[in-house]
Amino acid sequence: MATLNVSVVAADHEVWSGDAEMVVARTVEGQIGILAGHEPMLAILAGGEVRITLPGGEKLTADADGGFLSVDGDMVQIVASQAQLV
Amino acid sequence: MGAQLRVYRQKIKSAQTTKKITRAMELISASRIGKAQARAAASSPYSDALTRAVGAVASHSSVDHVLTTEPETISRAAIVIFTSDRGLAGAFNSQVLRQAEELAELLRDEGKDVTWYLVGRKAVGYFSFRQRAFERSWVGGTDNPEFATAQEIAEELLADFGDEAAGGVGEIHLIFNHFVSRITQEPLVRRLLPLSIVEASADDSAEVYPLYEFEPDAETVLDALLPAYIESRIFNAMLDSSASKHAATQKAMKSATDNADKLIRDYTRLANNARQAEITQQISEIVGGADALSSSAQD
Repeated sequence: MATLNVSVVAADHEVWSGDAEMVVARTVEGQIGILAGHEPMLAILAGGEVRITLPGGEKLTADADGGFLSVDGDMVQIVASQAQLV
Repeated sequence: MGAQLRVYRQKIKSAQTTKKITRAMELISASRIGKAQARAAASSPYSDALTRAVGAVASHSSVDHVLTTEPETISRAAIVIFTSDRGLAGAFNSQVLRQAEELAELLRDEGKDVTWYLVGRKAVGYFSFRQRAFERSWVGGTDNPEFATAQEIAEELLADFGDEAAGGVGEIHLIFNHFVSRITQEPLVRRLLPLSIVEASADDSAEVYPLYEFEPDAETVLDALLPAYIESRIFNAMLDSSASKHAATQKAMKSATDNADKLIRDYTRLANNARQAEITQQISEIVGGADALSSSAQD
């Protein structure tokens, strides 16, 4: 199964990047889950957590307050001025 | 010891002490350049992502935003100067201040009033010495810029930007030192606002953005992205300026160390000369005295 290439970016450094199976985030419109092959999208995050499921099934949680999410091909970028892994 | 010799020895000692200090400062700056460059590189994924996103929104919708619309007439302009908190960096601060004066001159010729925003103690010193007014200043921490400071500056600028009738400014320029290499840093002028977003044209080299889905909609996305984009532009300017500052300090301190070396060498020669002259004089005095004694004994 195809994987997503995810990067979590903060203002002064790249917090995390790697392959993932699924990304779940909450946008201003509601919760959204992204799998490989998602259509290109730009969404404003409504704060809170972004959950990243790694190919092994392991789960990562990132805190990205007041940022945005962009999906382009299988590249997912979670961008926020303050972001860190929890 | 003769007076002359003592004076030279004092001068040598003082040059040696200065040399120790400048040498230490040179080494410190050299190590900080690397750190500052690494920070600039670390922040580039963020600014790249923002630039891409803003470009994508702008190219796929004809959204008019207050930050991107060019007003028909501009009568007030703001200049943000990025200097350092401390000197000892050669032409670093003076070249950026000179550039700012030139820009202000140009803007005044176009019939615009200029207001100033200052970053770094050196710019504040320059302005208060000349008793000139400025809107706001941020001092401290230019050696190691914090993102929070960039956010604060962006917030202030965005609040002042806009309606000229209400006392806002119509355009904002940034002036900062750009790090070209460890040898060269040049002052750079960038217009921050109104933003000129390069539309994806028919140009083949331009990146073609995929058809994005916007959530909730393009206007809201742009609304949220543009302030972040401006913050990141300001943060980049601060990082660039701090890397340049360290490079300029290193260069200035290197030439100061070299000059101290030259002084020490010159004064050592003079001191040797003086010592030799003293010895010669003492010998001739002894010989003269002995001659006088032996001639008086024969009598």
